[in-house]
Amino acid sequence: MKKRMLSLVLAGVMTAAMLTGCGGSAGTDAGSTDGAAQESSDAAGETEAAEETPGEEAASDETAAEDGAAGDSAGGTFKIGGIGPLTGSYAVYGIAAMNGSQIAVDEINAAGGINGMTVELNFQDDETDSEKSVNAYNALKDWGVQVIDGCVTSACSIAVSAKTVEDNIFQLTPSGSAVECVANPNAFRVCFSDPNQGVASAQYIGEHGLATKVAVIYDSSDVYSSGIYEKFVAEAESQPFEIVTAGAFTADNKTDFSVQLQQAKDAGADLVFLPIYYNEAAMILKQASDMSFDVKFFGCDGLDGILGVKNFDASLTEGVMLLTPFAADATDDLTVKFVTTYKEKFNETPNQFAADGYDAIYTIKAAAEKAGITADMSNEEICAAMQTAMTEITVDGLTGEGITWDASGEPTKEPKAVVIKDGVYTAM
Amino acid sequence: MSFVAHLINGISLGSVYALIALGYTMVYGIAKMLNFAHGDVIMIGGYVVFVTASGLGINPLAAIIVSMAACTVLGVTIERVAYRPLRGASPLAVLITAIGVSYLLQNVALLVFGSDTKAFSNVVTLQNLELFDGQLIIKSVTIVTVIVSIIIMVGLTFFVKKTKIGRAMTAVSEDQGAAQLMGINVNGTIAVTFAIGSSLAAVAGVLLCSAYPSLTPYTGSMPGIKAFVAAVFGGIGSIPGAFIGGILLGVIENLSKAYISSQLADAIVFSILIIVLLVKPTGLLGKKALEKV
Amino acid sequence: MDMEMKVNKSKLSKTTKNDLITYGMVILTYIVVQLLVSTGHVSSLIQGLLVPFCTYVIVAVALNLTVGILGELSLGHAGFMCVGAFASAVFSLAFKDAMPSGLRFFLALLIGAAAAALVGFLVGIPVLRLRGDYLAIVTLAFGEIIKNIINVLYLGVDSRGVHFSMKDAISLHLEEDGVMLIKGAQGVTGTPNDSNFTVGVILILVTLFIVLNFIHSRTGRAVMSIRDNRIAAESVGINVTKYKLIAFTVSASLAGVAGVLYAHNLSTLNALPKNFGYNMSIMILVFVVLGGIGNIRGSIIAAVLLTLLPEVLRGLSDYRMLIYSIVLIAMMIFNWSPNAVFLRKRLRQKFLPGRKVEKEEA
Repeated sequence: MKKRMLSLVLAGVMTAAMLTGCGGSAGTDAGSTDGAAQESSDAAGETEAAEETPGEEAASDETAAEDGAAGDSAGGTFKIGGIGPLTGSYAVYGIAAMNGSQIAVDEINAAGGINGMTVELNFQDDETDSEKSVNAYNALKDWGVQVIDGCVTSACSIAVSAKTVEDNIFQLTPSGSAVECVANPNAFRVCFSDPNQGVASAQYIGEHGLATKVAVIYDSSDVYSSGIYEKFVAEAESQPFEIVTAGAFTADNKTDFSVQLQQAKDAGADLVFLPIYYNEAAMILKQASDMSFDVKFFGCDGLDGILGVKNFDASLTEGVMLLTPFAADATDDLTVKFVTTYKEKFNETPNQFAADGYDAIYTIKAAAEKAGITADMSNEEICAAMQTAMTEITVDGLTGEGITWDASGEPTKEPKAVVIKDGVYTAM
Repeated sequence: MSFVAHLINGISLGSVYALIALGYTMVYGIAKMLNFAHGDVIMIGGYVVFVTASGLGINPLAAIIVSMAACTVLGVTIERVAYRPLRGASPLAVLITAIGVSYLLQNVALLVFGSDTKAFSNVVTLQNLELFDGQLIIKSVTIVTVIVSIIIMVGLTFFVKKTKIGRAMTAVSEDQGAAQLMGINVNGTIAVTFAIGSSLAAVAGVLLCSAYPSLTPYTGSMPGIKAFVAAVFGGIGSIPGAFIGGILLGVIENLSKAYISSQLADAIVFSILIIVLLVKPTGLLGKKALEKV
Repeated sequence: MDMEMKVNKSKLSKTTKNDLITYGMVILTYIVVQLLVSTGHVSSLIQGLLVPFCTYVIVAVALNLTVGILGELSLGHAGFMCVGAFASAVFSLAFKDAMPSGLRFFLALLIGAAAAALVGFLVGIPVLRLRGDYLAIVTLAFGEIIKNIINVLYLGVDSRGVHFSMKDAISLHLEEDGVMLIKGAQGVTGTPNDSNFTVGVILILVTLFIVLNFIHSRTGRAVMSIRDNRIAAESVGINVTKYKLIAFTVSASLAGVAGVLYAHNLSTLNALPKNFGYNMSIMILVFVVLGGIGNIRGSIIAAVLLTLLPEVLRGLSDYRMLIYSIVLIAMMIFNWSPNAVFLRKRLRQKFLPGRKVEKEEA
């Protein structure tokens, strides 16, 4: 009896949730991070419309897109959907990309939008879970998304790109670096691919004679890190240094690196290659200094942000070299402006993900302008036009100058090698 | 020499597990519930010290006391709001509520402190111990953690065995109903248990973050689960068992990382746990429960 | 004699009726949803969630067999799901172009279920000797071991045969024409998308059929007698280990089926702490406990409800997971707190006095 009652209660709640679910999906505008006041009234109107004929919007994306456009009086709205982890242990990357994208959107809107259209950004949480990222993508579809800015992480990006290619929605991942992220013709990326970085790092170390014995510490449970590691090892064979130890760690085991460091020390390594993110790298630097292991460190773009770790003893980073497309301390106008705005708004120093997010929006803008996207185009038309336009544009962004793309979706840009001197990045 | 270094690093890691496991085993032993939120109370403890010491510039020792007080209040509040209404319900229901509390604490921390990593400044500012011309270095925080764990272990054992509240705790853990009939305030006793467990969590949080100085809203969850394994390893409910289990777990983890595979370290640790439990089903120092027919 | 027969008969028909309601609920939901989808009344978000609903319903029902019927707490069911998912994904990827998708998915299902059953059986032999919390922690440990091993597994196939490594992709030494099937932490990429809502619902019905029949079978009664009183069951000659193992293996294999459905719904599959770690095992347990331990229908409803909840809360952006956790705590207290149970009883007495009497008679 009790169980039956429970079932009834649960069923009741579920029905209620289902109903809100249908309404709520259209109402996700509330989650839109766009600050423009004009949008909120627009969003409210749309929700109403959607509630009256919920089917119409869900039935086809084109209708949804047109619905959205019809509500706006000027050049219409251009709806960009972002996907990335906003909660969970990778939240730091998703939030940075979201914030970076938001700054770009605000700037673009203040300057008159894209082809007269107001840009609207709706960034959804995927908790770094492929399944949730597809859910996030579907939620964005209900919202009437026209272009996807995501996902922030590789696996999610691959999962979502399998869906965007079916739906013919253009996808640009700011930071999904695995090779497969851009396997589909509609998918492009802003960041370097993993193999690219591994090869570049090995060549740089070899050509500049930085070391003869190299130890690698990498995260085998992370696609980014193991991807770079594999190519680094392959390229190292033709370089004048040998890899003496390769210490892997996993996501469940990323606080204690004493073993990997001890092994590197015992093997007499004179350089430690860290194809990992800065959180773990900060820990490694600290532990190496604790065990008086005085060695050179070399990293990739994941290491960028290490100077921004609050309260971190920056003297430990002295002499760390990294290959990164973005440096928050760079003195060019674009970077200075971005970093200042970011600090003002979010009270943090932007990392490479924020820069990737920022560049992603400007890349979308450049491609959309090239392709002459207008608010009344369907997603198929937008996707086809953007795909062609991507190979024709050149973008000067935070993460590189004169970035171009080919049809494979890979960007062409030069990694910059920097060394940390007196707490700031210095070109090498 | 490198073996000794790996061993010492293992003890260093294990001492942190031991410290967390003491809190776990305390709450489990008395309240008979797996407090999955313990790891997250540790994280909150770390943040309190971070904010007071690094942010407001208070003396680190005073900051630890503030943090202990904050965690005590937090622990008692959690017990009052989330766990007490479920007293007498299925232990599974309490377990799941604890998981809800764990999610809640993580997400509150995410909203309040943000997702970015905070570097925690080591509160132990003593000199590291260098042996054999610097070939072997023992971090001062390791020494402090081991000593603190031993003090807490001895203190808790004494407290539970010799004081009136401690004996009330033992009575509650044996049989809540009978304890109540003997005039023991069961709710009060369990609240005290949570207060002690949570203040220990604050200490553990400070030392965890001092040894591994990165603080995020998820800092507590993995050490929490490892410490729980350590507590089971040593015999859950047994105070010396938690200490021994923690140290052993740390040593096994580091040695298997060093000599077998750094990627499979967790699998090896868990396999050893399984083997120990199969040979000795109540853990190393666990009491054998009498089976009533 | 006559009286007894009558009681028996009415009892039997009651359980049958109860089962039929469960089946009916699933089928009716399916028809309603299909109607709504075809008339375009379902948002993309909900459409995308239909297969995950089925996945979690199956795994929740599977776990309920272990927790509710066998009476043992397992915190490792995500591990069995993981085995089923990976075994079937590797098969489907390897034979992607070799056979029609229907046959391939059917075989993938069998392989996933068999692999999970095998692992469940092997895990069950040592685990089921333990009791209570110790059993729970050992299942948790096994789940983590499975996830850890899969994360370091590299499997590739080329003209020289199948290669396998537990170190890194380089040590496979694949030929040029080689295909990577499992790439360590990157998992399996490019699994064909064979899952859909209809298949999911059919699998739910099959799962229900297996579990409900199991409960009412001779074996099921033996298992429940062990749950209620192990010593009494042993004393009447029931082979405790055998029956425990049967129930545990069936439960693991059904979790494997859920894994197959999961793997063929996404084009990437990786064993993260998030989807196959202890967190997921605990989430599945939450479905079971919230829906009522031993109550199959409750598990179904709770699984759907709790999968839906965080998605419905998307509009709240930053506060989404915060509210989710608060709702979880509130629901647990409302459903399980002795005070709340008492309150509900009194309310029921007040408004439905007749029905309470009926319950007492039964």
